Amino acid sequence: MSQPDDSAILSRPRYGTLSPIEASFHLFCADDEGGQAIVELAQDVPANFFDSAEIIYVNSQPALNSKTLAALEQLNCPRMYTGPTIHAALPRLSTSISRMRMNSQIYISGSESMLGLATMTAMQANIDHQALQTEHRGSLARRVQCVHCKGITEQVTTQPASCEHCGLLLLVRDHYSRRAAAFQGVNINAEDPSEIPAKEEVFT
Amino acid sequence: MSSPATIDVIVTHVVNVNSLIKRFHFARLDGQPLPAFSGGAHIIVEMQDGENRRRTPYSLMSSPLDTDDYQISVRRDDQGRGGSLYMHQQVKTGMQMRIGYPTNLFSLDKRAPKHLMFAGGIGITPFLAQIKQLIATNGNFELHYSVRNQELGAYINELAQTIGNRLHTYYDDKEQRIAFDTLLSTQPAGTHVYVCGPTPMIEHVLKRTAALGWPKVHVHYEHFAKALPGEPFTVQLQASNKTVEVGENESMLEAMEAAGVDAPYLCRGGACGQCETNVIEHNGTLLHEDHWLDENERVSGKKIMPCVSRFCGTQLVLDR
Ligand code: FES
Repeated sequence: MSQPDDSAILSRPRYGTLSPIEASFHLFCADDEGGQAIVELAQDVPANFFDSAEIIYVNSQPALNSKTLAALEQLNCPRMYTGPTIHAALPRLSTSISRMRMNSQIYISGSESMLGLATMTAMQANIDHQALQTEHRGSLARRVQCVHCKGITEQVTTQPASCEHCGLLLLVRDHYSRRAAAFQGVNINAEDPSEIPAKEEVFT
Repeated sequence: MSSPATIDVIVTHVVNVNSLIKRFHFARLDGQPLPAFSGGAHIIVEMQDGENRRRTPYSLMSSPLDTDDYQISVRRDDQGRGGSLYMHQQVKTGMQMRIGYPTNLFSLDKRAPKHLMFAGGIGITPFLAQIKQLIATNGNFELHYSVRNQELGAYINELAQTIGNRLHTYYDDKEQRIAFDTLLSTQPAGTHVYVCGPTPMIEHVLKRTAALGWPKVHVHYEHFAKALPGEPFTVQLQASNKTVEVGENESMLEAMEAAGVDAPYLCRGGACGQCETNVIEHNGTLLHEDHWLDENERVSGKKIMPCVSRFCGTQLVLDR
């Protein structure tokens, strides 16, 4: 069984390194290790940079993130939100973007899921995805959309992976949908469902 | 690959808009509909002026919904190479002309919940087409239009009637200025900004949007350079094995075309990058007039945009 070569797939998102850009307002959104990207950016910004900024921080592993959280709190942002999960933070992100004027910059850092879901949220508020700064930190676990039943399975770390909705065994591709914030999963053993390839941990 | 296809048209009306601007209407010679286009598109108009064949870009200002009637507005430029004078003095109703297919380098972002438009002078023309499109699709927009004085404010009355308080007019002679910073600091999330007008206005908007923190992808501008007249010079075209004289009132691209060289182009205004040509050798100064090459490329002396740029010196060899 040969796997499709995904190396040339352009839809696989590419991430950069956050850097401060002159703007009237700065909106940060990060999860777990992603908070560290904000802390590092903060080392080289003009005075008062964080006076007109907001931080939305998803702290899903408080035991591991205590240092990062403390460093973020020291930035003294006038608005700072912390929450337990990405999904809990997205409505806040959505509200903050809709209140924002266009002379603002948005910075997203953290896991593959954080980057994907925050980008999707910004796009729903009509912000072009190219207007966002992104930096990957932490988990590579993917959101995967089954192309057969359209169900989305979160936190996929294996290749292949099982669809939580229809149970099919999926090959997780680099083919990415920004609208769904998900990688596409295609049934891997359609011809012979009794052939069950071993799952390997690859997206960690 | 290079020169886009052309359409034979007939001039159906010539209208005096004010003391500097005339409007020209075109229909297809064969009576068929013209190609559909979207607001912000331009066409290249071919002008056979005696020996000289000029091709100049003009924004379409007519409704994108109307494929029977293309309209452009031409501002007379007494200092130019003569293209606008030709249009003003020679082109009459009933005349046959040739135009290019519409190309859009200044299109609306259709997802935008709001479009903020800045026009200066004759830079109003692409917005006229975009606004007709937005009215038809119920789009949300606001136009800030700056003109020298009431007499030269083309289409203000027509706009006032169709878009009412979405039109904001500023008269230079009354010291009225667009409050760019205030406007650029109060736009709701998702807004896109568009600017077309004189160079200082475009540069100001680009500078202020960057300084205030606007994402670049939400800022759009139409910045056509003009092919200016200048000292004649000679250019050697290595691939075509030709030596071409570029006259005072002709662009390098036009001179190449007159010599039978099929050179690529799209905007003919130094904005699209299509005509970029490698310089093999030269012994003088490349006179860059485009908005395409970056500072490094200019300094390198290895590239030139023949649609608008010229040369001063005795030897210029191009890879064309
Ligand atoms: S033709 Fe567009 S830059 Fe020269």
